[in-house]
Amino acid sequence: MARAAVSRRLGDRLSWKTARLADRRIESDVARTLVFEVPGWPGHLAGQHADVRLTAEDGYSTQRSYSLASAPDGESVELTVQRVSDGEVSPYLTDELAVGDVVELRGPVGGWFVWRPEQKEPILLVAGGSGLVPLMAMIRMRRAVGSRTPFRLVYSVRSPEYQLFVSELRRDDPGLDKTYLYTRSSPPQWPRPPGQITASDLSSAGWPPDFEPTCYVCGSTGFVEKAAGLLVALGHHPGRIRTERFGPSG
Amino acid sequence: MPIVSRGFHGRARDTQHRLPPGQYETTDFPVLSAGPTPAVNLDEWEFTIRTEAGARHSWNWAQFTSLPSQTPTVDLHCVTKWSKFDTEWQGVSLDLLLEDVETSADYALVHSYGDYTTNLPLEDLLDGQAWIAYRYDGEELAPEHGGPARLLIPHLYLWKSAKWVHGIQLLDEDERGFWESVGYHNYGDPWREQRYQGD
Repeated sequence: MARAAVSRRLGDRLSWKTARLADRRIESDVARTLVFEVPGWPGHLAGQHADVRLTAEDGYSTQRSYSLASAPDGESVELTVQRVSDGEVSPYLTDELAVGDVVELRGPVGGWFVWRPEQKEPILLVAGGSGLVPLMAMIRMRRAVGSRTPFRLVYSVRSPEYQLFVSELRRDDPGLDKTYLYTRSSPPQWPRPPGQITASDLSSAGWPPDFEPTCYVCGSTGFVEKAAGLLVALGHHPGRIRTERFGPSG
Repeated sequence: MPIVSRGFHGRARDTQHRLPPGQYETTDFPVLSAGPTPAVNLDEWEFTIRTEAGARHSWNWAQFTSLPSQTPTVDLHCVTKWSKFDTEWQGVSLDLLLEDVETSADYALVHSYGDYTTNLPLEDLLDGQAWIAYRYDGEELAPEHGGPARLLIPHLYLWKSAKWVHGIQLLDEDERGFWESVGYHNYGDPWREQRYQGD
């Protein structure tokens, strides 16, 4: 695998940078995209994440990791954050943080769950819920560099109101096939009954194993365990399945 | 100084609660090891960081002990359920040791003299969370406590704070260490009681 220009001095990753909220967008009933201006941001790869640090006036401080949603774009960094109702950090980020406010950001972090444009094999993206965010960064990167690498996205989400990036994904993106699975309730007349992801979902919407795709699976631990297990059972080599898991961490 | 985020208060918190679930406080310093205490000659001692691309950064004892050091006072939590408060150490921050290392790795495998290993996410070694310690309580670090030098990573159970540390290998993919491969938890957060796999 190519490994050009992706290493960074850890000293740069280590330093907390001031991130000022420049814009916010509504992505779903429960998710917001936060656009930060981060002077000194060293750039990132699609699939990496960043740590956010919040500090209260009494000095209390806490950190969380969020996937970077945007393709690299200078010193502008986008995080798409889904509100965890009893969370400590996500409700603040989605509801309280206003344009002009500052947080601290450190990163990028992660060198394994990334897609590099020089990869030539077909790509399967399997997203559960807000696990779509780092995969969306890959889709955006593919578009930004004019890559013709064939991508397939299988996106499993509880119900339509949880769906992220709806209008952007509705646009035509040649070479990107999209399949939506709903686990609790689907839109009217949706052909597939609501339910968890199955082997047949992945065999019909994914790639045959002999195409040797790289598969990226991101979501809750339960979702990732299930989807990665199905891919292995379908004959995909475990070494070509990359996973990223998250638990509720507000 | 951290920057204050307007309107952020955080959860209510009780700073008196220093004991993670299932732990008791001890005032002595129990010794637990996987094997006999290795004898490490300071003339031959070396600490090496090796990246996933094969680059090596290494320090001998004289080089290592001339690096700027810190004196953290930290609480220790052992998976065997004792906790010890306010232990005083001297050592070199991993932030300093890793500062000029070029890597895109996510994981670290720590190697000790005596062939002990333990694994952890690279992020857990950064940001003031970890040291290579060579003095304890004002004295040279005793061999039974990991001397001449050990990893000190107080936010994880103590088996992650590898004694007799020899080097750190940076890896793209996680690789289990000695206890982790025989059923101990892969991460080992005392506050979540991550003692064994499945916890």
